[in-house]
Amino acid sequence: MKRWFQSKSLNTPSPVGAVLSYLILGVWAFLILFPLYWLVVTSLKISSQVAEGPFYIPFVDFKPSLDAWRYILVGDLSNDTLRTFTNTLIVAPISALLALMLGATAAYALVRFEYRPRVGMILTFIGCLALSIFAIYVGVPWQIAFAVSVAVFIIILQTIGRRFKRALGNNDIAFWMISQRMLPPIAVVIPIYILFQRLHLLDTYAALIITYVTSNLPIVIWLMRDYISTIPIELEECAAIDGASRYRIFWSIVLPLAIPGLVATFLFVLVFTWNEYLLALFLSSANTQTLPLVIAAQNATRGPQWWNMSVLILIMIVPVIVIAIVLERYITRGLLIGAVKG
Amino acid sequence: MTTEPEDSQPSRLHTVISTAERLAGSIFILPTVLALLLLSIFPLLASLYVSLARFKIARGGFTLNFVGLDNYQKLFLGSERTHFLGSFAPSTPVSWIVFGVVAVALAIFLARYLLKARVSIGGLIGRLFLILGLGGLTWMLVHTLWSGGRLGTVSTTLVYVFVGIFFQYILGLSLAMLTVQNLPGRRFFRVVFLLPMMITPVGVAYMFRMLTDTSKGPFTPIWQALGLVDFSWVNNAWGARTAILIADIWQWTPFMFIVLVAALESQPVEPLEAATVDGANHWQIFQHITWPAILPVSMTLILIRLIEAFKIVDLPNVMTNGGPGTATQSLTYHAFINWRALDLGASAAVAYMLLFLVTFFGMIFVNLIRQRTVETL
Repeated sequence: MKRWFQSKSLNTPSPVGAVLSYLILGVWAFLILFPLYWLVVTSLKISSQVAEGPFYIPFVDFKPSLDAWRYILVGDLSNDTLRTFTNTLIVAPISALLALMLGATAAYALVRFEYRPRVGMILTFIGCLALSIFAIYVGVPWQIAFAVSVAVFIIILQTIGRRFKRALGNNDIAFWMISQRMLPPIAVVIPIYILFQRLHLLDTYAALIITYVTSNLPIVIWLMRDYISTIPIELEECAAIDGASRYRIFWSIVLPLAIPGLVATFLFVLVFTWNEYLLALFLSSANTQTLPLVIAAQNATRGPQWWNMSVLILIMIVPVIVIAIVLERYITRGLLIGAVKG
Repeated sequence: MTTEPEDSQPSRLHTVISTAERLAGSIFILPTVLALLLLSIFPLLASLYVSLARFKIARGGFTLNFVGLDNYQKLFLGSERTHFLGSFAPSTPVSWIVFGVVAVALAIFLARYLLKARVSIGGLIGRLFLILGLGGLTWMLVHTLWSGGRLGTVSTTLVYVFVGIFFQYILGLSLAMLTVQNLPGRRFFRVVFLLPMMITPVGVAYMFRMLTDTSKGPFTPIWQALGLVDFSWVNNAWGARTAILIADIWQWTPFMFIVLVAALESQPVEPLEAATVDGANHWQIFQHITWPAILPVSMTLILIRLIEAFKIVDLPNVMTNGGPGTATQSLTYHAFINWRALDLGASAAVAYMLLFLVTFFGMIFVNLIRQRTVETL
């Protein structure tokens, strides 16, 4: 009787515990899979079958049809699907990788170095920014205004900048970074549109990638900061004593040990960029449209085209699932076993 | 920043290397800081200016006329007040009691700080802000939540954020604990649990609109059995909010789940083994080893979700169109409505109020809760 409640090892649950675990996991898996099943069923219906009420099982309740799948994959919409699918496939992974690289270095820096940006310096920066905006407002060409304020900034920094004593710490920098995500996209989308219009980058991959990388950087930094800070500093100290440079330490010790965190973070950023809707709506038109725009477009004048929508949503998840299955094995235990003795 | 000891007679290569070493701190962080500065300052300032102006379509473009704080005044005192803050019911004994309890708690919080040996001006101002902010929000909530009051978009957003995050974290942590056990098939569960996050938010919203339909959705027999055939989510404020919350929890629990799985998996094993040898039970191991190890990641997760959840817009927009009335509208949705009506000034003002609100809660979270829990370990 007692052995039913006793676990064999640290990580293996007791028989009763295992049954309970499977029960809970099964219930949640059902709650997740049922809505997806409903998408599959809906994608096999035609409009009258959706309108008449709920039908649950194809062939039993209703006669399934592949009309919607045909329409999306080989029919009228197939050109749009292929084009937007390729665009999404190009933009999302590149943005995610760039954000991960930049963000991981910055996160490492915030964990292992100590920064003390002076309050005075920041105020000078804001002052110079105000100066250049005022100059542009008065009518000075922006190149000159920009050059002058940069010059003023450097001069002040070099002369009286060293006198400013009050300084901020790493936590303040991190908070500033995450605060970049606080404004709702609806408020920033028009300024960003104007910005890229001036740079003649509208409807290019560059515009989407730049926006996605910067908007996801704060999340990467915050998540990676925690993963990196769990890596024992002794390992890095040993390497430093052996003569490895900071870059070498980062590349061959910190990054390999942070792989579970890197993989999890990469997945998020990939998913966020893969699914992003509002910025894509503004920054892309004919050439670089992404898939979420096509889904939203199915809510047409004739009402939502549920069957087409279901097909598109299902097609859109497939690549991410494949990537998740491939990457999931890296989120595993044991990378740090025996790393530190003592 | 660290400085390396320099050799007495450095060779050229050596100088280059040591310079690179000395600048490592800057080189690691500068690209990120520059990227964020370049792409964030302009939109921030531009929308601040728009929030202080009135936008009009004019011949061949548009005009922006500076109107000062008009847009904000409209939100707090003018025509948008009931939409933004809610309609206030007269005070009842219950609302006085709740408000009194919160006020006393805040007063104790301030008194304890003032009685401490080290009081700084910055700390005092920050705490006064906190007391005013929380006091005001409580006053608003006790007058709009019951007995004839109606929630404004601020309170609705707060309900979404805090209820949603609470359930997402609890569910995410429990599921993560279950799937790091050595169970056959756990990889299957992990991938399945990730699925909701991978669907595009607009898609999730449309999917839940299909599911919650009481005459064509899959749960129709259940609604019929309960006698709710003609019932629609659009008619009941709290019903509609619950539907949106369920969709939100369904969609974002995976985010908590996968980060916590990674955190649990990267825990060193030795302390766990040592504790087992010493005869600690599961609860003791969790309380003294696992929980402190995942606490920093949890705090980050909650902060990120706090910031993201305040921006909820797709679910109310697609599932209920903000209805019934304005009951399910969030702040971003409020901004979106003004934006669609081409009232860009009012839209930016709502967005800036959202920014203040998120910054307020983010500061409280980082300065009080996160520091206390993480840094005292």
